[in-house]
Amino acid sequence: MKVEGKARIWKNYQKEIPDNDFFYVRSCVRQNFFPGAETTFLRIMKDELGINVYDDPAHTSCTGIGYHADIVPFDTTMTVVARQFALMTEKGFKNMIPSCITSFGLYTEILETWEHHPEVLEKARKYLKEATGRTFEIPENLSHASDVIFKFRHKIAERAKYKLINKYTGKPLRVVEHIGCHYAKMFPSKGVGGAEYPYVLTGMVESFGGEIVDYPERRSCCGFGFRQYLVMANRGYTIANTKKKFDSMDPYKPDCIVTNCPGCPMFLDKGQYAIAELEGRVYGDGKYGIPVLTFEELAGIVLGYDPWDIGLQVHQIPVEPLLDKIGVEYDKSAKYKGIGGRDLGKPQHSKLIKAYIE
Amino acid sequence: MKNWGYSIHKDNQIDLDRNDTSVYKALILVEPSIARCISCGSCCATCSSGEYTSLSFRKIMIQISRGETKDLYSNLSQCMLCGKCILVCPRDVNTRNAITKLLQILTTKN
Amino acid sequence: MAESKKIAVIGGGIAGMEAAGNLVNLGFEVYLIERTNRLGGNVANWYCLFPDFKPSSKVVEQLKPAIQNKVQFRFGAEVCKTEKKGNKHLLHLNDGEVLECDAVVVASGFSLFDAHRKEEYGYGIYDNVITSADLEKQLAENHTVMTTQHKAPRKIAFIHCVGSRDHKVGNAYCSKVCCVTGVKQAIEVAKMHPEAEIYSFYMDLRMYDRQFEDLYMEAQTQHNVRFIRGRLSECFENADKTILLKAEDTLSGKPFRLSVDMVVLLVGMQADQSLKHISDMFALKTSDDRFLSVADVHTSSIYSGVEGVYLAGACTGPKSIHETLNSARAAALSTAIYLNQN
Repeated sequence: MKVEGKARIWKNYQKEIPDNDFFYVRSCVRQNFFPGAETTFLRIMKDELGINVYDDPAHTSCTGIGYHADIVPFDTTMTVVARQFALMTEKGFKNMIPSCITSFGLYTEILETWEHHPEVLEKARKYLKEATGRTFEIPENLSHASDVIFKFRHKIAERAKYKLINKYTGKPLRVVEHIGCHYAKMFPSKGVGGAEYPYVLTGMVESFGGEIVDYPERRSCCGFGFRQYLVMANRGYTIANTKKKFDSMDPYKPDCIVTNCPGCPMFLDKGQYAIAELEGRVYGDGKYGIPVLTFEELAGIVLGYDPWDIGLQVHQIPVEPLLDKIGVEYDKSAKYKGIGGRDLGKPQHSKLIKAYIE
Repeated sequence: MKNWGYSIHKDNQIDLDRNDTSVYKALILVEPSIARCISCGSCCATCSSGEYTSLSFRKIMIQISRGETKDLYSNLSQCMLCGKCILVCPRDVNTRNAITKLLQILTTKN
Repeated sequence: MAESKKIAVIGGGIAGMEAAGNLVNLGFEVYLIERTNRLGGNVANWYCLFPDFKPSSKVVEQLKPAIQNKVQFRFGAEVCKTEKKGNKHLLHLNDGEVLECDAVVVASGFSLFDAHRKEEYGYGIYDNVITSADLEKQLAENHTVMTTQHKAPRKIAFIHCVGSRDHKVGNAYCSKVCCVTGVKQAIEVAKMHPEAEIYSFYMDLRMYDRQFEDLYMEAQTQHNVRFIRGRLSECFENADKTILLKAEDTLSGKPFRLSVDMVVLLVGMQADQSLKHISDMFALKTSDDRFLSVADVHTSSIYSGVEGVYLAGACTGPKSIHETLNSARAAALSTAIYLNQN
C-alpha cells in the first residue's frame, strides 16, 4: 500500500468547508442509538472551538428513511427539506450541517436536482409556500458534521488529552473507518477525499495519532439499506452484509471502528451481538467484540471527556478495552449510573458476547 | 442460538480462493479439447436434451472451471449421448467424450 | 531539378519514421520533429510484439536506415506556432527556429490511458497492480516478471479494456490492440512461470486480425489461461499484499472473486494531450474521441482536409504497428502527389 497514491486521489477531492456559523440539523435515529454523539458534537464546537452553531428545535426529520424505503415520494421529501432550508434562512444562516449521512446525501441530491432542473426548484418553492407560507434560500454551503470535525481536526488534536496510541505497546491504534454510503458514493466530489478512498475519517484518525486499517470490504455497505432492514424478513440479508465486513476486517486485528453515519454504528455495534447469537461468532478478542465509535465520540474521547458523559455505556460492544489501551482515566463503577448517581441497571450478558466488563 | 425469524444469508458469489477446481483439472487431462471452449452456446442450442431439461454443456464447462459442482451429476445424467453437439462445435471440442469422462470422474470421486 | 520541396514530419515514433523515410526516398527534404531525444515513440517502450513475439526494438531499428543521415532531425523540439505564407507552412519551434515547409505530416501518435484515473483499481496505491506498459518495461529490463515483493507470481490476472469502452473516463471507443496484447502478455508470462495460474477478465475478445485468433487458442490450449467474461469492478489489497478482484462472471451470472499475486491493467490508447495544440495550430478537426478527424474514413483516411497537411499513424485513432506503417506510407505517397501537383 502506497499512502502517497491515496494522497494523489485526495488532492482531486478537496471540499470547501466553512469555518463558522452553522445551522445544525439532527438525525432522527442517532439520539436513540448513540445519544451522546450529537451532544458531544455541539460541546466540541462550542466549548473547544468557539464556533457558532444553531441547533434548531423546530426542524423535523428530512424523511430520508421513508424516502429510501419507498414510503415518502420525492415531492414530499423535497418540500420537507425546503422547510429545513426555510428555518435556516429565517435564523440568518447560510451554512447547513446535517448530523445524518442520509440527510446529507438527500440534501445533496435535492440541491443537484434543483441545479439541473430549475423548474423542480420552483415547484418546491410553490409547495412550501402553499403548505407553510415560508420561503427559503439555498444554502451557500452544505457540509456534513464530520466534514467540520475533519476541518478542525488539528485544533482538536492540539487540545486533546489523549492520543490514539496503545499505551501498552506505544504503537498507533489500528482503526477501521467506515463511511456512510450516502456520504460520497452518489456524489464523489461532495466528500472529503472522494468515494473510493474517503479521507474524512482517515484524516481525523491520523491527526489523533491512530493508524487506518485498509481491508478488502472497506467500501461495502453496513447492510442497513433501509427497505431491507425495516422488513424483518429481510434482516438476514442486512446482517449478511455486516458479517461480510467483519469477516474481512477481523484478520487485521483492529482496535476499534469509527463511523460517520447514524445507521452504520448501530449495525456494526449491535450486529456483532446478533451475529454471535445467530452463528456463535465473536470478533476481535473473541469475548467482547470490536468497539464501534461515532466520530464525535472518538473526538470526545481524545479530548478527555468522561466516557459516560458522552454516552459510551449504551454501546453493545464494551468500550473499556479501548479506553484502557488509550489510557483514559474513568470510573468503571459509574458506567451504569444516571444523573445524580441513579442506578440505571445492567444489561444482560449473552452466552457468547459479554455486554459489559465485570 | 437465538431464533429471531431470520438467519444470516449465505452469499451466492463464486469465490475462486475457496472453490475446488479439481474436477476441471482432471477432465482437461483426459479431454484437452475442452480448453478450446469459447462459450458460444452452439452445443446447447442443438442439444436434444437441453430443450427439455437443465442440461447445458456451456454452463457445465463454466461451472467446473469455477469449481461450482452443485447438481453437476444430475445435470450431466440428462445427456442422451447423441453426439449432435460435436457436429456444431466451431472449436472442435469433443463434447460427447467430455461428458462421458466427466461422469466417470464424478463417479470415481464419490 | 529545382530546389527540392520541404516537408515537416511531426513526431518521431514509428509513423513519423516511416513517413519520413518514404518521403526522403521520393526525393524530398524532410525535417523530423521529435519532442523527446529518441526515436521510436511508444513502440520503443515495448518488449515484444504480437502476433509473432518479435522484439519491438527490432522494428525501430529496421526503420532507422531509411532516415539516418537523410532527414534533418530536430530532437527535443516542439512546434509552438504556425503561420501560412502562400502555400507554405512556417513552423516556429520552441528553440526559436522557423522551418519553412511545403507540406506537413502529423504523426504525433497516442498516449496510454493513465490508469490512476480508474480509482477503484488502485493503481499507484496497491503494490501489485501494474499496467501493461509497466509489464513490458519489466520484461524489457529483466526478461521476467516478479511481484513487488520480488516473488514469482503464482496467480496473475490481466484486465482488459482499462480506459477503453469506458464513457466515464471519456474514452468510449475500443483501443483495438489491447485484447491481443493481453493474450500475448499472458502467453509470455505463462512461458516464464509455467506453474502460474493466469486469468484474463474481458468483455469481448476482439481478435480481429490475422493470427490473433491463433494466439488466443494458444493461450487456452497450451498455457491454460482462464478467460472470465466480466469487467473488473474493483481491486482490494489483502493483508498478504495479494490483490482481491471482484467481477461478475457474466457467463455464470454470478459475482466472482479471486485473489491474485499480480494484476496487469491493459491500458488503452488515447489522443495525446499535444494533439489539441497541433489541431488548433493547423485548424484540423478532431472527433468526439479527441483523435484527429480524416477527410473520408473510407477513401481518404490519411488526409486532414486542410491543404498540405497529411496524417500518419495513431493520431487518427488506435492502430497496430502494421496499420500505422501502412498509413504512414499512404500519407507519404499522398503528400508526394500533392507536392508534385503544386
